[in-house]
Amino acid sequence: MTETPLTHAARATPPSVARKIKGLSDRAIAWIFVGPTIFLLLAINIFPLIWTINLSFTNFRANRPGREVDYVGLRNYERILNDSDIWLNMQATAHFLFWTILLQVLIGFTLAYLINKKFKGNDLWTTIIVLPMMLSPAVVGNFWKFLYQPQIGLFNYIVAFFTGKDPSSFEMLGSVQLAPWSIVIVDTWMWTPFVMLICLAGLRSIPDYIYEAAEIDRASKLRQFFTITIPMVLPFLMLAVLFRGIENFKMFDLVVQLTGGGPGSTTELTSINLKREAFEKWRTGYASAYAIILFVTVFGLASIYVKALNKVKER
Amino acid sequence: MSQFIQGLLRLKRGPWEMVATLLIALGVFMLMQPFVMWGFTYSFITTLIGTVMFIIVSHFRE
Repeated sequence: MTETPLTHAARATPPSVARKIKGLSDRAIAWIFVGPTIFLLLAINIFPLIWTINLSFTNFRANRPGREVDYVGLRNYERILNDSDIWLNMQATAHFLFWTILLQVLIGFTLAYLINKKFKGNDLWTTIIVLPMMLSPAVVGNFWKFLYQPQIGLFNYIVAFFTGKDPSSFEMLGSVQLAPWSIVIVDTWMWTPFVMLICLAGLRSIPDYIYEAAEIDRASKLRQFFTITIPMVLPFLMLAVLFRGIENFKMFDLVVQLTGGGPGSTTELTSINLKREAFEKWRTGYASAYAIILFVTVFGLASIYVKALNKVKER
Repeated sequence: MSQFIQGLLRLKRGPWEMVATLLIALGVFMLMQPFVMWGFTYSFITTLIGTVMFIIVSHFRE
């Protein structure tokens, strides 16, 4: 008889265990295997979520565990959704989201279009371009901090070279006007390769015969681009937009390393603001309501993302 | 357009998912827009309705 992994596992099972599971159905054995994973999922994901929803209706403060906790109903939600400072944080997040996604899609698609052409050193260029994406956000934040230094920073010197300004006359991270753009530049530098890879997958999925048929019909290159390339890549592009949108909505590490939310609160994105409410001001109930608002928003976007993903799979 | 309305009346998944998606997108826009405060105030309830609707209608038949 040939030795299969199944027979090997059956023989390796101790007789006492084998006796115990002998009478169990396949379904019961499957549950035994899946059970620990489901238990962990419930304990690590579902229980904290339900607990956070519960806390969001209270005035609980984690730094005062002995204090009596009162249920305040929807008051936390009401206060957050009428707070003009949080509205400003949302606008800072919107500025960051809009510009990073726009730049990443434009540059990422252009790079993918160029890389998709056959030329010498194609693979080497692809490797070089995707390098920033592989770095840790903490490392990227730290070295861009050096690049943005007004006295020794390379970025200021490059800008000075092209504009004729004094390199130390402007401070990217310290200026209220420039700081929001400084985080946009770094995120774009880091994550454009990701958008490029998704676009490249979309471009490579277009069969050559469609272009050949268009050539026979004497369609111009521009026409081919707008009637074949763009519509065929669009689902992939949408996927990239949604993925980057969800990721940047939760952006924390890179911005904390670069600006820490400053100067003032000009680059204080919602996730940084939430962390301050929860672990600096210790307003746990209020921060829980804030987290639930962000969770519902990300969950809603994720639902659209899954729908877009299924559409891409259908192709 | 009439096909879309018919789909809604017959509880088809496609049109209802479209409505839920639009509600979520509207809610996210309202949350982040810099124009009116009431938009920000009602953004959460709009996104929540859209998200719950999306979960329900994704079980409708194709």
